[in-house]
Amino acid sequence: MDEEYDAIVLGTGLKECIISGMLSVSGKKVLHIDRNNYYGGESASLTPLEQLYEKFHGPSAKPQPEMGRGRDWNVDLIPKFLMANGPLVKLLIHTGVTRYLEFKSIEASFVVKGGKIYKVPADEMEALATSLMGMFEKRRFKKFLVWVQQFDENNEATWQGLDPHNQTMQQVYEKFGLDENTADFTGHALALYRDDEHKNQPFAPAVEKIRLYSDSLARYGKSPYLYPLYGLGELPQGFARLSAIYGGTYMLDKPVDEIVIENGKAIGVKCGEEIVRGKQIYCDPSYAKDRVKKTGQVVRAICLLNHPIPNTNDAQSCQIIIPQKQVGRHYDIYISCCSNTNMVTPKGWYLAMVSTTVETANPEAEVLPGLQLLGPIAEKFIQISDVYEPTDLGADSQIFISRSYDATTHFETTCKDVLDMFQRGTTKEFDFTNITHLSLNDQE
Amino acid sequence: MAARNSAGGAARPGGPNRTCQFKLVLLGESAVGKSSLVLRFVKGQFHEYQESTIGAAFLTQTVCLDDATIKFEIWDTAGQERYHSLAPMYYRGAQAAIVVYDITNTESFIKAKNWVKELQRQASPNIVMALAGNKADVAQKRTVEYEEANAYAEDNALLFMETSAKTSMNVNDIFMAIAKKLPIGPAQGEPTGTVDMNQPQQQQKGSCCK
Repeated sequence: MDEEYDAIVLGTGLKECIISGMLSVSGKKVLHIDRNNYYGGESASLTPLEQLYEKFHGPSAKPQPEMGRGRDWNVDLIPKFLMANGPLVKLLIHTGVTRYLEFKSIEASFVVKGGKIYKVPADEMEALATSLMGMFEKRRFKKFLVWVQQFDENNEATWQGLDPHNQTMQQVYEKFGLDENTADFTGHALALYRDDEHKNQPFAPAVEKIRLYSDSLARYGKSPYLYPLYGLGELPQGFARLSAIYGGTYMLDKPVDEIVIENGKAIGVKCGEEIVRGKQIYCDPSYAKDRVKKTGQVVRAICLLNHPIPNTNDAQSCQIIIPQKQVGRHYDIYISCCSNTNMVTPKGWYLAMVSTTVETANPEAEVLPGLQLLGPIAEKFIQISDVYEPTDLGADSQIFISRSYDATTHFETTCKDVLDMFQRGTTKEFDFTNITHLSLNDQE
Repeated sequence: MAARNSAGGAARPGGPNRTCQFKLVLLGESAVGKSSLVLRFVKGQFHEYQESTIGAAFLTQTVCLDDATIKFEIWDTAGQERYHSLAPMYYRGAQAAIVVYDITNTESFIKAKNWVKELQRQASPNIVMALAGNKADVAQKRTVEYEEANAYAEDNALLFMETSAKTSMNVNDIFMAIAKKLPIGPAQGEPTGTVDMNQPQQQQKGSCCK
């Protein structure tokens, strides 16, 4: 290891693995290190189940025998789904990483209103039948959706009298005569905003997000969400393989003592007695604690169930959104559920994760409205994670730090952060034409 | 998509000449000739100074049996074995594995045994495993005896051959031997209903085949 690398990447979370893949593909010489002996960092899927018990309840804690083979469990630490038409799916397709993974649609999406669980309509039939809104409201809502589909920010003819630069989403709702319930449903269950601030902002981004939802829904039918077999931990592994194929060097289980700085600029990392030299460092916040600040906390409750979530029509996988207003909060509560159909549990078992952004001194109580929807819980693990963002953007130090994973249930912000880090580090946008291996002898 | 257990042909399921696809992984210490074996098998080529990675997601090659065509999807380690950093995904869904060592390097044979253990621990219990003692063209420098490796292979129910990517000795044979041991029949225990992201728009696809 006496050579010098163009980039040393620390941590094998999803963001770092995508960055590593993009750098290797761009011809950079990459060394990728993780202090853990497994891939994924915060975005790993823990397996076997014993590993989860050990992490939360200590080395002597053991799962119940009826929980089946430990190896049949793959427990995500961060709940997220992929939007079928979102940027991560595009990145997966363009990089060919889809070849290493298999995905399933999440079966259904639900929203809570007045303490009851309603299915978010997935097609016209369901929209006509839903009791989420009344007959006349449905007609108005349909007109609104038609307008959303044809809206183009760059073509004034499609605006229909609404100005995306000066008018807010609230004004859009008013123009279409939509009531507060429908606005709540649209903003939280379709646009996937976690609070109500978007209502007072110019409306174009919100319209974009509703369209992403409906385009994603149109791809596979049941819900707009995709999820990889065996859990989200497969994603970083897939991008790590991409990086390795383009020459990236991988070292797990390698403690990193510090980033070595000379004249304000990173020159490598210190691992025990040795210093590995690298021109740039890319890392997650845990490897550069003095260059990040805490911006908040996320609480997540991982729940093991031996039954589907009640009132979801026995969905084998689903998402439930509890809009903030329904429970008197500032941020929404999300529930995600996966099972044996996604290869993350043994037959008959379900993994539900309840999460939200912390806004009180008692985070555990904040997820209660979600826990109450789950029915009997066989085991529960609560984690409260600090959310960090970099204070040093790397222009001088050449240290490029990712943000912690936020409470959103999809990967839009993840991709944005990765592309942003790549651009800061290389001062150019990623060029997908560098990917050549897709035509190499393995075309079908 | 990878790891697709697509036994059973699209045209005539159950009939003769079905095409079945299997994922095969290569394991073994760096520089024992894993990539060379694949290149010899897939492209009929050999390079004395093969670069340490072959730069492909995976390579495919088919072999014909009497009643079926076997399509191998061959995964190289891409160098991730060097610092023991192979991802679990690598083993996922693998139906066959070739563990390679260099007959002139005793250490690589010891490592090969560790890889066999790792497979027994991580991979599917029905995986077909073969042990390849590569570089048989330089047998005068051998440090691992044929009998010793053969006995080990028998104890662990592995197929065993000494191979040479350079002269192509036993290269096709070892893949053919694996092909004959693979279960030709409807896929079992694999998840169904996965989506194909590379298709612009579709409903869910069935369990097997394209």
